[in-house]
Amino acid sequence: MPYFPNPEEQLHRSAKQDLFQGTDFYAIDDLLTEEHILIRNTVRDWVKRDVSPIIEDACQRNIFPRHIIKGMADVGAFGPQLPAEYGCGGLDYISYGLIMQEIERGDSGMRSTASVQGSLVMYPIYKFGSEEQRNKYLPKLASGEYMGCFGLTEPDHGSNPAGMVTNFKDMGDHYLLNGAKMWISNAPFADVAVVWAKDENGIVRGLIVERGMEGFSTPETHNKWSLRASATGELVFDNVKVPKENLLPNVQGLKGPLTCLNSARYGISWGVIGAAMDCYESAVRYSKEREQFGRPIGGFQLQQKKLAEMLTEITKAQLLCWRLGVLMNEGKATPAQISLAKRNNVDMALNIAREARQIHGGMGITGEYSMMRHMANLESVITYEGTHDIHLLILGMEITGENAFA
Amino acid sequence: MSVVPDTTTKVTFTDNNTKFNQSGVQYIINPYDELSLTRALEITEAQGGSVTAIHVGLADSEASIRKALAIGAQEAVRINAEPKDAYFVAEQIAAYAQGQGFDLILTGRESIDYNGGLVGGILAEMLGIPYINVVTKIDVNNGVVEAIRDIDGGRETVKAALPCAASAQKDLTEPRIPNMRGIMAARTKPLQVVEPSANNAGSTYAQYELPPAKGAVKLIDPNNAGELMSILHNEAKVI
Ligand SMILES: Cc1cc2nc3c(=O)[nH]c(=O)nc-3n(C[C@H](O)[C@H](O)[C@H](O)COP(=O)(O)OP(=O)(O)OC[C@H]3O[C@@H](n4cnc5c(N)ncnc54)[C@H](O)[C@@H]3O)c2cc1C
Repeated sequence: MPYFPNPEEQLHRSAKQDLFQGTDFYAIDDLLTEEHILIRNTVRDWVKRDVSPIIEDACQRNIFPRHIIKGMADVGAFGPQLPAEYGCGGLDYISYGLIMQEIERGDSGMRSTASVQGSLVMYPIYKFGSEEQRNKYLPKLASGEYMGCFGLTEPDHGSNPAGMVTNFKDMGDHYLLNGAKMWISNAPFADVAVVWAKDENGIVRGLIVERGMEGFSTPETHNKWSLRASATGELVFDNVKVPKENLLPNVQGLKGPLTCLNSARYGISWGVIGAAMDCYESAVRYSKEREQFGRPIGGFQLQQKKLAEMLTEITKAQLLCWRLGVLMNEGKATPAQISLAKRNNVDMALNIAREARQIHGGMGITGEYSMMRHMANLESVITYEGTHDIHLLILGMEITGENAFA
Repeated sequence: MSVVPDTTTKVTFTDNNTKFNQSGVQYIINPYDELSLTRALEITEAQGGSVTAIHVGLADSEASIRKALAIGAQEAVRINAEPKDAYFVAEQIAAYAQGQGFDLILTGRESIDYNGGLVGGILAEMLGIPYINVVTKIDVNNGVVEAIRDIDGGRETVKAALPCAASAQKDLTEPRIPNMRGIMAARTKPLQVVEPSANNAGSTYAQYELPPAKGAVKLIDPNNAGELMSILHNEAKVI
């Protein structure tokens, strides 16, 4: 990844202590195993040590802190739910969710990096790839030696990926890929891209495109107000020759990318609880310390209402995720159930970030506290992996059987 | 290694202030023991050997023992008894360690709950091996332990032959966070449960008290040293 200067020395390490403890009003820990808790606490400790001190500076200056990729891999953030034989964690879906929660507690951009790698790059290679593809890519992606990105969205086709125009032709000994993808997380530094494109019959297929292939470039998207510690870019394919063995053999049609999205959306449902807890806990602390009119602001009913509602919503979201995790483990979770959780929880987190920001008054506006960063990040999270509206339409269709998309 | 309440625990007591109230308390590995464990791993990684984590306590501390295995200890032993006091704990560990052929026994300088700082010393005495207390650096070369201790106004370098015991002070090393591989490996590492030997607790806890609540802050004009002296003398009774 020569693209980036090594930011480790450049980033300012904040001396502020990370006081996060984790919110568990309904003793949901009792529903977890000893190993779940060990995994969660491990990632939490890692975030406190390696992410929290640099994340504010990285976001303010729009730098992807690539030096923490190794740590992310070590704590098992890349494909924890995939089998150990490919260098992955071999863990269950609740562990996966907890890892996402803790990373997003640090920053949604860091969680995005992990989600894309694990659910959108490694998962399709595992699920739809050949044995050779699995062996070639998965161990390197699990260890962070390779970083990956996922190209579905196009400039003119976001919520409606079926309309995609990126396509490839069979040239006999290779495929010729043309088109462009937009808003692609990890694109600027990715070594491999899982790209969804139409074949000559208009059927969506997955291709593994590697950095260095002629005609393939990844210009960075600048000036985001959100996910500023995550790099976003385009994927441009100008007559890229893709070897035939790079086609994912075992899936055809939009089912391919949508299956990946299910896995990532599940992780997001947990992840945003992390962001919400971070904002809530900060608000609780501030409301006890900050005095106005001669008493802590936490003594005023208006602030108590906000805090009580935050805790209520976090607790509901936690129970939702736990149950969804059990269904995922049993292989029974449906896409509509995942849509419900993603939609509900991201919205919940965004509202909590806003309310928590207000509880901090003017102090909430600076990077001294995390809410404004979480809030801005969550604007992307509520848009990507299916917008808030699209998940509502998915649920609407589930309930009524009527398709209201088009 | 001992298992202690998380540092953010709000301490309360039950049974007429004779018992620590454990309800809702999260337990962690005693931070000084985590340093010992990490240093033991560093030494064995560099020179060969293996690390055994030994804990005296009941089954509810197994989550913390599993963490020690995830951090890297090759095996763990839990001596199945409530850790009554320092003498009792040292005696249990000594009984187990006798004849196991351990070269180096590392403890924390103290556990951060009762802060007794006694187990390491009693244990070394029971085993009849040298003990170096409160070390900030420890190395083993050709069977000789060399350790540095902070002493008033300076540092002291101590050498001892193996087998030997030492207790870890802050700065001995950086504690390790387990990695995923370690957590997976810990699933199958041996955690042996041993029944306690003798039962020789010498002391019982009669009564706990919380420190007095913080009072209001009194600001005294810097020009008024006399008033300060009189308050310290007559009200606070500290001088
Ligand atoms: C930071 C960031 C990172 C991203 N990372 C990736 C990535 O790694 N890979 C990838 O493939 N994509 C990625 N995306 C793209 C993301 O998935 C899309 O932005 C998203 O799917 C929405 O598409 P769009 O932006 O084209 O919006 P549009 O689809 O144009 O939607 C615009 C608005 O119209 C609404 N709308 C659309 N259709 C309907 C309808 N039928 N009924 C009612 N309302 C509708 C939407 O809800 C939305 O409010 C990323 C986006 C961002 C911002």
